[in-house]
Amino acid sequence: MDETRDPPRRPFLSIRDVGKVFEIGDERVTALHHVNAVIEKGEFVCLIGASGCGKSTLLRIIAGFETPTSGEVCVYDHPIREPGSDRGMVFQDYALFPWMTVRDNISFGPRQKGLPKRRVREIADEYLNMVGLTPFADRFPHQLSGGMKQRVAIARVLANEASILLMDEPFGALDALTREQLQDELLQIWARTQVTVIFVTHSVEEATLLANRVIVMTAGPGRIESDNHIVLARPRDVSAPDFNDARRRLTQKLTSHVARRELRTAA
Amino acid sequence: MTPPAQAGAIVAAPVSASSEDAVRKRRARILARVRAVALGIGFPLLLVAAWHQLVVATGTKLIPTPNQVGIMMVDFAVGGIHDDAFSGTILTHLAASMQRVYGGFGLAIALGIPLGLLIGKVPVIRQLLDPTLSVLRPIPVTAWLPLSMIFFGLGPRSAVFLVFLGAFYPILLNTIFGVRSVDPKLFEAASMLGCDGSRMFRQVVLPAALPSIFNGLRLGHGFAWILIVVGEMTGVPTGLGSVIMDGRTLSRTDLVVSGMIIIGVAGFLCDRIIVAINNRVLRWSPQHHG
Repeated sequence: MDETRDPPRRPFLSIRDVGKVFEIGDERVTALHHVNAVIEKGEFVCLIGASGCGKSTLLRIIAGFETPTSGEVCVYDHPIREPGSDRGMVFQDYALFPWMTVRDNISFGPRQKGLPKRRVREIADEYLNMVGLTPFADRFPHQLSGGMKQRVAIARVLANEASILLMDEPFGALDALTREQLQDELLQIWARTQVTVIFVTHSVEEATLLANRVIVMTAGPGRIESDNHIVLARPRDVSAPDFNDARRRLTQKLTSHVARRELRTAA
Repeated sequence: MTPPAQAGAIVAAPVSASSEDAVRKRRARILARVRAVALGIGFPLLLVAAWHQLVVATGTKLIPTPNQVGIMMVDFAVGGIHDDAFSGTILTHLAASMQRVYGGFGLAIALGIPLGLLIGKVPVIRQLLDPTLSVLRPIPVTAWLPLSMIFFGLGPRSAVFLVFLGAFYPILLNTIFGVRSVDPKLFEAASMLGCDGSRMFRQVVLPAALPSIFNGLRLGHGFAWILIVVGEMTGVPTGLGSVIMDGRTLSRTDLVVSGMIIIGVAGFLCDRIIVAINNRVLRWSPQHHG
């Protein structure tokens, strides 16, 4: 078998010349244009860019919610054609099942696999504990705060044994304190589970804090502008000088193409 | 105004104001509740009084007084007053009507909810059925009466069919609406967690559409009780609708009004049961509590 003979040469997740065109009425909008990237197992990648740069579309293609107009995204050379339990999305507005308790939301994936009831319970207990929601196991989503809901959403994906965690501005709707706490918890979970994280954000600071790799995207049409490795030691201190340097460099990359384009249109 | 007097007022005010405030608030709350109950009961009492006065003032023999209706209802329930064909038969008629109401309502649920889920979620089925249903829907249920008597004969089956027709559309339309207004992210979330096909219907589409489905059930249930009278005009020997028709033929308006009141009360009580089930099933969504 190919997989056992030669695993290192096959990239974990490869985005190959992906293009996406949306047709809205008679108008054709190019959301993504020749996007290429390879993401290795266990990486924490942030996709960052102004709105309209296609970062969310790229995430949705990786999730299998959208199909690319051209090119393909592969996991170990298998093209992604539909949503699968190896990839789990954490939405900004949670998308929890409101009629299920916290426990039932978390154990939804294991239940679909037809695991025995006792095993399902064990898995739910494990991930309830991981996100610190054991006392709230029997609550319904409407009884939870935003931060708690997002913890449930993360636990739901992890309990399904997803190897890729796709996060679409997951902390964007939370207040600053809760956001910091959840960023911290996410980093701990990432370190512990070695899950691959692809995280869409528009906050340079959040990307600098979380990622070991930041892919800067640019709009019109959406494409990758630059691919940056963040080599700061963890835990990162947002007030340290080297953190500030890294953040400034990213901000420059994010804004330079905007300045270029403005020059072009002025001329 | 002298400064010392002002200071005294400031010191004294907070203590007395806060305790007085609490008493005033509690009194206002009690008063509000008493007023709500008084208004709710007072208005029908006022109507009954006006009814009595109008019958007495006009001297009509066509409309019974509330008192006559009360006597009729007692006789209808336990007998011993008029001792005619209707004395003490209330349960027979109520049971017959309820059988037909819930037979038709049950059929409407059994067909309306699955069909609504399919039309709401599967585009091919929507394209196949939606135009037909859209044309059939505006036809008043009563317009089906002649055909239903040919299809099902003169009897209870015709009544069940009419009740079914009346309850079917609100249940169907609300189910379709419920499915179509589900946040598409829930379907995405379910599919990424390994849920698909018929499991998606049972585990996601149905529960997500439940608040809207219950709306349809309440509406359909109301129509079912409305249509039972029409359905039982088709020549069935028992049922509250047939009692009303008999009362009309016999010029017994006290019987007619008694039948109307019993239908109103029975429909109301059954609606409360549906609301209780709604609140239990939708305990995850307090804004949908009835």
